[in-house]
Amino acid sequence: MSRLAATFAQTRAENRAALITFATVGYPSPADTKHVVSALLAGGSDVVELGIPFSDPLADGATIQHASQIALEQGTKLQMAFDLVRELRAEGVTTPLVFMGYYNPFLHYGLERVVAEAEEIGLDGFIVPDLPPEEGQEFAALATARGLDLVPLLAPTSTESRIQANVQAGSGFVYCVSLTGVTGAREQISATLPEFLGRVRKHTDLPLAVGFGVSRPEHVATIAQIAEGVVSASALINVLDETPVAQRYDVLADLVRAMRAATVRTETPVKGTTP
Amino acid sequence: MATTPPLTVRGQFGPYGGRYVPETVIPALEELEAAYAGIADDAAFQHELDDLLDHFVGRPTPLYHAARLSAEIGGAQMYLKREDLAHTGAHKINNALGQALLAKRIGRSRIIAETGAGQHGVATAAACAMLGLECIVYMGELDVHRQALNVFRMKLLGATVVPVTSGSKTLKDAINETIRDWVTNVETTHYIIGSVVGPHPYPTIVRDLQSIIGAEAREQCLAQLGRLPDYVVACVGGGSNAMGIFHPFVADAAVRLVGVEAAGHGIETGEHAATLVAGSPGTLHGAKSYLLQDDEGQIYEPHSISAGLDYPGVGPEHSYLKDLGRAEYVGVTDQQALEGFQHLCRTEGIIPALEPAHAMYHAAQLASELPQDQTVLINLSGRGDKDMTIVAEGLGVAL
Repeated sequence: MSRLAATFAQTRAENRAALITFATVGYPSPADTKHVVSALLAGGSDVVELGIPFSDPLADGATIQHASQIALEQGTKLQMAFDLVRELRAEGVTTPLVFMGYYNPFLHYGLERVVAEAEEIGLDGFIVPDLPPEEGQEFAALATARGLDLVPLLAPTSTESRIQANVQAGSGFVYCVSLTGVTGAREQISATLPEFLGRVRKHTDLPLAVGFGVSRPEHVATIAQIAEGVVSASALINVLDETPVAQRYDVLADLVRAMRAATVRTETPVKGTTP
Repeated sequence: MATTPPLTVRGQFGPYGGRYVPETVIPALEELEAAYAGIADDAAFQHELDDLLDHFVGRPTPLYHAARLSAEIGGAQMYLKREDLAHTGAHKINNALGQALLAKRIGRSRIIAETGAGQHGVATAAACAMLGLECIVYMGELDVHRQALNVFRMKLLGATVVPVTSGSKTLKDAINETIRDWVTNVETTHYIIGSVVGPHPYPTIVRDLQSIIGAEAREQCLAQLGRLPDYVVACVGGGSNAMGIFHPFVADAAVRLVGVEAAGHGIETGEHAATLVAGSPGTLHGAKSYLLQDDEGQIYEPHSISAGLDYPGVGPEHSYLKDLGRAEYVGVTDQQALEGFQHLCRTEGIIPALEPAHAMYHAAQLASELPQDQTVLINLSGRGDKDMTIVAEGLGVAL
């Protein structure tokens, strides 16, 4: 069983959703990324996404765009993300770690080289927002051969036939984009989310994780009732931006802790809503 | 019309093209593809488009024998396809009009577009004004300042111009921001992309809509010269005017196709926009194609005196034509473009845009080495009014 599958099995046994958090590699600086990830882990994250900065992040809102730009201006390289994972694993971190990044840096590094290095250091998978399954066949095959997950993404606009094709092409969990839009903190969770997740569930037994716009523990609590995973990203980076340097890792860990506490399912799962 | 290399269902030109975009917009691309397939056999749509191309755009544009320029060079005969005479001053209107009509057909009343120099923005604003569509144009903040006149023109035409402050604040960032808007408003909005770039089916749609340039030029060559040209030369930024004039000649194996990229301060300086000459394949803005990228696969900011060529990517079909060897691509520097610009002004009384001035310079070099009975067809893709400030600055003249 992959580390991601084991994590979702465990959170299900605990009657809660998995909390998936995010850090942009190289932000606030290459040296500080490790502190950010440590705070995410200290707060109780079940999975951590390591964002690989890209010059043209067209699925991202202002927060992650800015973080990516700052990271690149400070010379962040893909190699640093691999080194970070290696370091965390050497320290005994067993939490699933996935790379979230646009396709071109992976393509340029060499797909075979990416998956070989990922397997060696103990990375668990990839989320590539600009790589739909039609274009991702080669990467998916290479990743699968090494026991790595290429997580499929779905959006509220996805048609039935695309939902079917996308969930079959990926593994680990299904990343359900909560809204029609880019990443970024929002006031509210989309009202159409239950209907969207219902459509996805008809086609897969994989755990469903909901991301985009998840900003507060209340959002996490709402989503935890209807999905197996909750992703928060921009709201966490906003904490780094808005908190005095001396306190930022503590404040970040506190927010993650509050989100983690909100992952508990208050009702008995409805039949058919869990894999 | 001639056919080009076969297109797969995923919109690939050999290994290039495809759809490297977020899932959210893929259903809209599928819908656009289906709608576009539908208009091919729709006589009413084609009639409306043809009628507007004649009476609104002013087509066909002339094929002009640059006799004095040719005589001065003393080599091959140079013929100009006068897209500078099309409405709004460049070939961009051919695509903007066709796509605006297509948007109406698929029930989208909100139009978004990106623009660099502002020519595509102006063309889109004009088409939207004429068809009664809402128009929002994203433009890098730096370009908003550099091209203030075109910003004013767009506003006069009823468009909203949104300055883009992210990234490098130029064309590539304007495209990112337009895609973000599209991801957010995809259910009500059509994105009129301005070149043969982006995810499938855009490179095909834009090429087809621009192919009227080459189709007319080919007929005009046969009618006026009694034969096909020996060379077809066009400038390449994203590559829409070049793809438009090349496409109907691709099947004519004897006709040599030459794309001219912006070599900026010189390829060796790294400050250029010569994607095909000096770049390497990767994915950007929804397609796999040649790119200007660093060792980490990050896209770097190009440089050209011409804002319309200042783009770090290129249409995927050009990448394919390059690899096939069917077209060749060369670079012309800022200084050489200014030389080509002035030469055409003085010999023919035509002030070209800085983009085709790159093509003019290379065509003149080429013609000078050819016998007088050969012909070089050049796509004069736009007029130079928009570039007066930049040209004056380049020549050291205070206005």
